[in-house]
Amino acid sequence: MTHDAFQTIIGLEVHVQLQTQTKLFCRCSTAFGAPPNTQTCPVCIGMPGALPVMNGKAYQLALRTAVALHCEIPRFTKWDRKQYYYPDLPKGYQISQFDLPMSQNGHLAISDPSGVFEPKKVGIIRAHLEDDAGKSMHDEAASKADSRIDLNRTGTPLLEIVSEPDMRSAAEARAYLSELKLLLMYLDVSDCNMQEGSLRVDANINLHLETSHGKVATPIVEVKNMNSFRAVERALSYEAGRQFELWEERHIQLGGPGGHKTTRGWDDEVQVTRPQREKEESSDYRYFPDPDLVPVITETDHVEEVRRNLDELPAAIRKRLESKYKITSYDTDVIVNQGRDFVDFYVTVAESCGDGKRASNWLQQDVLRTLKEAELSIEEFPVSADSLGDLLNRVSAGDLDNSRAKDVFSRMFNEQESVEEAMSALGIVKVDTSALESLCRELVTANPKVVADVQEGKSQAIGALIGQARKQNSNANPAEVKRICLKIIASL
Amino acid sequence: MSLIESTAAQLHRQLTSGNVTSVEVTQSFLDHIQQHDEHYSAFISLNVEAALAQAEDIDRRRASGKPVGALGGLPVAVKDVICTKGQTTTCGSKMLRDFVPPYDATVVCKLKQADGVLLGKTNMDEFAMGSSTENSAFGVTHNPWDRTCVPGGSSGGAAACVAARMAPLSVGTDTGGSIRQPAAFCGVTGMKPTYGRVSRFGLVAFASSLDQIGPIAQTAEDAALLLQALAGHDPNDSTSSSKPVPDFLRAINQPLVGLKIGVIREHFGEGLDDEVAAAVREAVHTYQALGATVSDISLPHNQYAIATYYVIAPSEASSNLARYDGVHYGFRANEAEILETLKQERDTATATNQEATGKELDSELIRMYQRTRSEGFGSEVQRRIMLGVYALSEGYASKYYLKALKVRRLIRQDFDKAFEKVDLIVGPTSPTPAYPIGDKIADPLSMYLGDLYTVSANLAGIAGISIPCGFSKTGLPIGLQLQAPAFEEERLLQAAHMFQQQTDWHTKRPSLKN
Ligand SMILES: [Zn+2]
Repeated sequence: MTHDAFQTIIGLEVHVQLQTQTKLFCRCSTAFGAPPNTQTCPVCIGMPGALPVMNGKAYQLALRTAVALHCEIPRFTKWDRKQYYYPDLPKGYQISQFDLPMSQNGHLAISDPSGVFEPKKVGIIRAHLEDDAGKSMHDEAASKADSRIDLNRTGTPLLEIVSEPDMRSAAEARAYLSELKLLLMYLDVSDCNMQEGSLRVDANINLHLETSHGKVATPIVEVKNMNSFRAVERALSYEAGRQFELWEERHIQLGGPGGHKTTRGWDDEVQVTRPQREKEESSDYRYFPDPDLVPVITETDHVEEVRRNLDELPAAIRKRLESKYKITSYDTDVIVNQGRDFVDFYVTVAESCGDGKRASNWLQQDVLRTLKEAELSIEEFPVSADSLGDLLNRVSAGDLDNSRAKDVFSRMFNEQESVEEAMSALGIVKVDTSALESLCRELVTANPKVVADVQEGKSQAIGALIGQARKQNSNANPAEVKRICLKIIASL
Repeated sequence: MSLIESTAAQLHRQLTSGNVTSVEVTQSFLDHIQQHDEHYSAFISLNVEAALAQAEDIDRRRASGKPVGALGGLPVAVKDVICTKGQTTTCGSKMLRDFVPPYDATVVCKLKQADGVLLGKTNMDEFAMGSSTENSAFGVTHNPWDRTCVPGGSSGGAAACVAARMAPLSVGTDTGGSIRQPAAFCGVTGMKPTYGRVSRFGLVAFASSLDQIGPIAQTAEDAALLLQALAGHDPNDSTSSSKPVPDFLRAINQPLVGLKIGVIREHFGEGLDDEVAAAVREAVHTYQALGATVSDISLPHNQYAIATYYVIAPSEASSNLARYDGVHYGFRANEAEILETLKQERDTATATNQEATGKELDSELIRMYQRTRSEGFGSEVQRRIMLGVYALSEGYASKYYLKALKVRRLIRQDFDKAFEKVDLIVGPTSPTPAYPIGDKIADPLSMYLGDLYTVSANLAGIAGISIPCGFSKTGLPIGLQLQAPAFEEERLLQAAHMFQQQTDWHTKRPSLKN
């Protein structure tokens, strides 16, 4: 929500489950959906005497992400215990990183092709690794029912990415999340499935207002329980409005009486935020270095190697597609958002037909529609990029028109035929230029009325000749017929 | 000599030569335990059937010429803070009274692989917190030299069972002296290896950066035999060292030539018992007679060791023991009672119109945590948890915990400097011999001061050993502590063995009362 009277200040904390086979400090599987408490061992359920051992793969995935977020990677990082009591936290502490995180001071660039906001860099304060807690299932229907705990998730590696409060609208917050998710997908570090909890978002939001006494800020609210990007956008819009109304009503300032940070949860059904019960434990987590783990040393050479080995990332791909294939930022956005395989498919088609714009249109319309209807991913698409390029190349060369090309494409997909096979099955052959010329000459001679109309300037009259030509030969290219007929009439 | 009077090395030779079977050896120790332990409470639980089955299997293999591990069927007692699959591991606490681990500690796996026969689990101060084994939920262990005295602690059962010939070998743990001090009080040999030398995986943590598993035995040679089986890198313990493990038994027979020993000036100050001081001086003379040169050394920050230790150890303990909350395993306070009490309190609040107070009352969950931990932990454990929580609290951590870490570095540097000049540091293990049961239990501070000479080795991460060096007039053993730089267990064992070749303190055994 934008409003003249106030400025919205938003910072986001994103927890991403890293895509490892095994947990952060033990060798249990991280697969989602197994029966409760079947993916556990003495280490992740906090049995007496069990000790954690760091999963190097998780650290490498975190490092790759931090480098892609332009973070500084300190040479030395360590593990700290964050202590609190909760039934789904079997050790009584989470292994996290406190004062010396593995990465800090990065940024992520966001923009909006339709110009809702100006492109900007959102600062990343830090990204650090920690182990996930289990899941508590409370049966709230029956007041006396027991709570149940599933510890399968306990110990799954999480990367916590904390942004600066750099976002100024719910739309910017959503764009940040979309861009972050896209980056994580391109890095292949997380499946980012919000429904399964592999990507979780908490937001901190307040307002800055200009008053006659100068600039003031409203108390910060942490918004939780947002289960989709759309929910984030709506919750933050709602919350900005709510805070403004509350300000008008009660004038409570950040840091003033009653101006401490509070937590609210988004109720997606009713579309409002509601106060959440403050945590029962105090906010003092009594952080201290975990004596069971050794610090991690990351040499600059290794960071540079990680940086060198990063595949091309969304921001760079967008730039490349725009400049090389002369397509709009909107088009590049659609293509890049489909993922790396789709981008590769596009590039092959565009290179092979030599027309980036045509390739972009075809991919966005025909290919995406077909994929959606058939519920396929681009890797599963039976029409290869080369053969689609071949088809579009023939369209460019005038061998067939766009509507015939769509028929061919349809056969290539449904019958898994090559371009030639589909064309011959549809009886599409290129009409020889001299044959087309003699056909046009016949038509001009046979239609003096049309000729007279054209000569009087009614050029659309030529359409009648095109129709007749197609009736005599379905392969006659309309554009060619038009060009030749006009030439003959002009020479009369 | 009867089987139970023999050293582990002697028994090992007899087992290997086939003069005696592991079943015979195991049975004699089990008989001895069953005959005497009701008066000493060295063991919390015994493994009779499993031990005999294991012994039988070893005998069968030996008889058929199949390979037998390095311990060759020798019985081993294990402190009840080390996880044994399928056998209760109580840590001396009501909290884990019925806890049966689903896995073996790395050292237990190693003992089994080496064909050590697991006799049973020994008594200890609750969660290894204490210096007298009086803080056990399973009764006090009595000193075999004098039943009215404590055996030391926290590995009191582990040391007492060796002194009382209930086990030839015993595995203890040492966080601030918990192997060395009871070894001194019970007149046996006990070593705290270098931090990282023995895997901690499966050792129920008290203070993770200080805890170390080590051997307790009658002689340095026996200790070497057991340490050989325990030591080595473990991929399941990130803090275990990958340094190669030397052959301790071979090393032990090579005498140290040109040995330079240092005596800590500060250790002969106030609080040191005269008889202990005299016995230690005599031991120093023995080394001189063996060709060692002696020099005075100073560890200036040693005076802060107790204070530093009693900040760091409780801080780590407060975190390590957070998991005992009654949710997943172990003791849980009576739920029906908790709910009933809470209901009554709420009803009272409502009836007296104190709605607000009613709301402030704890949730069922919080109440369950409180009751479980108050009832499940003994008072010393609760005291240390509270100390640790305080030392790590926001606003206090920099004054206490972080400050203690700084002093810890200084203490380590003192040792580094000292070891530039000397090979070993020699001194008393404990300021006094064993004291009467009940003497210090009401005065934690005086109990803590008994750790004066031992805690700094844990803070510095170096190795230390306690060997018998005399007796008090009342017939209680006195211990001599030797300390060596990190990963110099070989040197400690060589020096201890040299001493034991020259003296007979370690051969003295108490006569047990029935
Ligand atoms: Zn696990």
